[in-house]
Amino acid sequence: MSWTPELGLILLLAIPLGGGIGVLAFSRWPNLRETATLLSGVLLLANVTALVMAVDGGARPSIDLMGMAGGMTLNLTLEPLGAVFAALASALWLINSLYSIGYMRGNKAKDQTRFYFSFTIAIAAAMGVAASGNMITLFIFYEALTLSTYPLVAHNGDEKARRGARIYLTILMGTSVGLFLPAVIITHVLAGSTDFTPGGLLAGNITTGLGSILLILYVFGIGKAAIMPVHNWLPNAMVAPTPVSAFLHAVAVVKAGVFTMLKMSVYVFGLDLMRELPASHWLAWIAAISIVLASLMAMAKDNLKERLAYSTISQLSYITLGAMIATPMAALGAAVHIIMHAWGKITLFMCAGAIYTARHITEVSGMKGLGKSLPWVFGAFLVGSLSIIGLPPLAGAWPKLMLMMGSTDPANRVFIGALIISSLLNVAYLLPISINAFFAEPLDKKAKPPKAPVLTVIPPLITAAGTIVLFFAIGPILDFLRPVFESGGLS
Amino acid sequence: MSLAFASDFLAVLPAWVLAHAAALLVVTPLLSGPIALVLSRGRLAWGWSVGISIITFALALVLLAQVQAHGSIMYAFGNWAPPLGIAYNVDALNMLVLLIVAGMGALSLIYGLPSVQKEIAPKDQAPFFAAYMLCLAGLMGVAITGDAFNVFVFLEISSISTYILVAMGGGKDRRALTASFNYLILGTIGATFFVIGIGLVYMATGTLNMADIATQLHGRGDDRVVRAAFAFIIIGLGLKTAMFPLHTWLPGAYAYSPTVVGTFLASTATKVAFYAMVRFIFGVFSAGEPFDGALLELVLAPMAIAAMIICSVQALYQTDIRKLLAYSSVAQLGYMLLGLSIGTAAGLSAGLLHMFNHALMKGALFMAVGIFALTYGVRKVQDMAGLGKTMPITAAAFTVSGLSLIGMPLFAGFWGKYFLIMAALERGWWWAIVALLISSVLAIFYVGRMMEMMYLRPPPKGRRLKKTGMAEAPLLALIPLLIVALGNVWFFFDTSLPKGLADTAAQMLLGGGAP
Repeated sequence: MSWTPELGLILLLAIPLGGGIGVLAFSRWPNLRETATLLSGVLLLANVTALVMAVDGGARPSIDLMGMAGGMTLNLTLEPLGAVFAALASALWLINSLYSIGYMRGNKAKDQTRFYFSFTIAIAAAMGVAASGNMITLFIFYEALTLSTYPLVAHNGDEKARRGARIYLTILMGTSVGLFLPAVIITHVLAGSTDFTPGGLLAGNITTGLGSILLILYVFGIGKAAIMPVHNWLPNAMVAPTPVSAFLHAVAVVKAGVFTMLKMSVYVFGLDLMRELPASHWLAWIAAISIVLASLMAMAKDNLKERLAYSTISQLSYITLGAMIATPMAALGAAVHIIMHAWGKITLFMCAGAIYTARHITEVSGMKGLGKSLPWVFGAFLVGSLSIIGLPPLAGAWPKLMLMMGSTDPANRVFIGALIISSLLNVAYLLPISINAFFAEPLDKKAKPPKAPVLTVIPPLITAAGTIVLFFAIGPILDFLRPVFESGGLS
Repeated sequence: MSLAFASDFLAVLPAWVLAHAAALLVVTPLLSGPIALVLSRGRLAWGWSVGISIITFALALVLLAQVQAHGSIMYAFGNWAPPLGIAYNVDALNMLVLLIVAGMGALSLIYGLPSVQKEIAPKDQAPFFAAYMLCLAGLMGVAITGDAFNVFVFLEISSISTYILVAMGGGKDRRALTASFNYLILGTIGATFFVIGIGLVYMATGTLNMADIATQLHGRGDDRVVRAAFAFIIIGLGLKTAMFPLHTWLPGAYAYSPTVVGTFLASTATKVAFYAMVRFIFGVFSAGEPFDGALLELVLAPMAIAAMIICSVQALYQTDIRKLLAYSSVAQLGYMLLGLSIGTAAGLSAGLLHMFNHALMKGALFMAVGIFALTYGVRKVQDMAGLGKTMPITAAAFTVSGLSLIGMPLFAGFWGKYFLIMAALERGWWWAIVALLISSVLAIFYVGRMMEMMYLRPPPKGRRLKKTGMAEAPLLALIPLLIVALGNVWFFFDTSLPKGLADTAAQMLLGGGAP
């Protein structure tokens, strides 16, 4: 049987699930078990690459997995936005898996089989989110992602992990069951289906008043996008092992959230309708406030992972902001930001984990002078920081520029200010970490030179290099994504 | 289940089974009860009852195949044509209930041997199984009969045997006796109300056949006697359904009865009473009568919402696992009543679908809790610590059903809520949706509390692990549990059976409108 894009869609789910079975089957032989993870990672990436090429060639593969109750179908359909998310998640999952091996073994973590198994299920769910052809399918995979990452967050099993995991589950499930689900059902009742439609499923089907309420339900119901005030799960989930944090922040969970946000904005409402709704403007304000407030809170955190968590909240709201401003340029910028932020942020997290594995240091104040003994780690950290800040020639520069270009409308200019303030705050809370590492005197000079396992150092170097490559690869990425936003009249 | 399969299934059976399946469905368990008593030894009586209950379930499948082939079936006892004779009517509505009762009846009985041997004194075991079979027969009878007085008779057969069954929990926990007494008093009041209502109907119409009553009442206009009859019947059935605030008997009866009884009751008894309520409101006093609309919107809907919220909050504060689940059951009955009170075909169908799914989830949850109790004596939520490690299979089944109860996608419970919200939206009942969502979020908390205990707390020190590190229950108890837990997943992906029956039933009663 030869590969077809439709088969590729099924493989998106089948490869990670097969990997999961492999992980369980080889639970007694750690090397074989990790081989199963890595092998499925490589296969998945190859499959996604082929799919991306097919989508680039104009194909929109679609397949009904099964009919569900009431005429609904579990449908997978891949379009450029989803292809980008799938490509991002599968590439970073592979790198993150390499890193997990170094980290988990370096820290002699327990219950590793459950850990790797949950990962494979979670990535399958993320692939499902990326390829969902309608909102109800997306919702199902969204919830599967929440459930499968819960054991990962709770992995350490102590009181702190329990509390973090409880908050994680309560907020994500509470918002999705309490707000997201009714929004999906309202959409279903209003439009007669929940299929993602270019130009917007609801366009012409809804009054501005009801549309505004529905939009509010969606934006706060998609708790994974962590807009304030439903952001609190993210810092609390920091109790998890670092590879999980990297996975949550860069690979799958929050990215699934903002991806859903964009998908909702582009395919459910349609950008034209989005701009007409009064609620989108208020929500853009809330996103802007989240951007600035979360950056300020990040400054106050001494724990490195917590600081990065607040930084993520701020960066996610860039994407929500772009989806709410809903000019084609801003929305495109938001889509690009999903990719660019992921590569920068996963670099930072993997560096944080490498530092922890080498020296068991978690506080920023304790990292002074470590740069001489961990030059590669802090070098990568510096590159990642600069990308998040948005300096060329690093990937993070493009989306900020595009978001600003998309906010030129007088009513939106204030958001340019928020973006600038946020960039300055990024400089203030990220750069000192690596500067102090390289130039300050070490706190404890007699400490034995730290050693980071090589598998915890190479992956951040790869992703740091990735941020440079992506800066130059912006042309093809924009060409690939443009058709999604074209119907809105992108010049 | 496809028609082709159904006709193959029918072809192999002798003709008399096919012709009399409706009667056999009730008569078989009814007659087997006394025989179980005579068998006198516990294990023997159990084996006999299991055999009979499996035959009963097979008969239900035969009926299902017939209903799917012919629509509805009417069986006249002794060939006396109704309205003179007693008739059994089987259609999509009671088929759904019969499947639940026969299926869960057989599964909880198979599951029950180890716990019965532990909880019931040897000399009481045969009477226990006899009462169980009578209860099964009674519930079947309520569901299948087309005669209003017959409903009362079977309701009493099932109720009286339930009082006995609940009281038999007195061996392990004396509180079962007061629970049973409570249930006895309230249940009898309910039955009295119901029979008074039937008497009034008979006075007004001169017939007891339900279809005939409906015909006689049609176009009769407002009539004080009928109105009073309706009120008596709804309150009587409301008590049996554990409709808020008439539910006070239920938590005790579920929590202190023997494990098997709790499981069986939780998944069947209130469902059957709910069915009777649906039948009387929409099938007998058919919708459109002057008092129906107001009753649904002004009485039943507020009660349903009160149950959904108040009882979910009460569930949050329970320390006894079975009591927690019992309060959750009352809340879930609120969902079903809400579906009924929406009063459209879509709403009723959603309520019936939820009824089916709820039987699956509560059945599995009570079974799992029974296994925990059997192995480690776990009764309180805090005793569940570490069960995810020590009893991984049972804990997994519990988790699956718990997620189904919350209404997570990938589990059957999701669809009931989905269609319920949709139906409420179509009627513009925003307040009902808000209540439903609040109740769902509360469910996250009370289920989550138990999950956290099982998976994130270490097992207590005294709980010795065997060599394998696990202490699973005997297979006999485990397999029925796994079947029901699997049902919770299966009926998410394939809803054709319950949704098909629920839609057909709702359309039959209310006409049009179902999606």
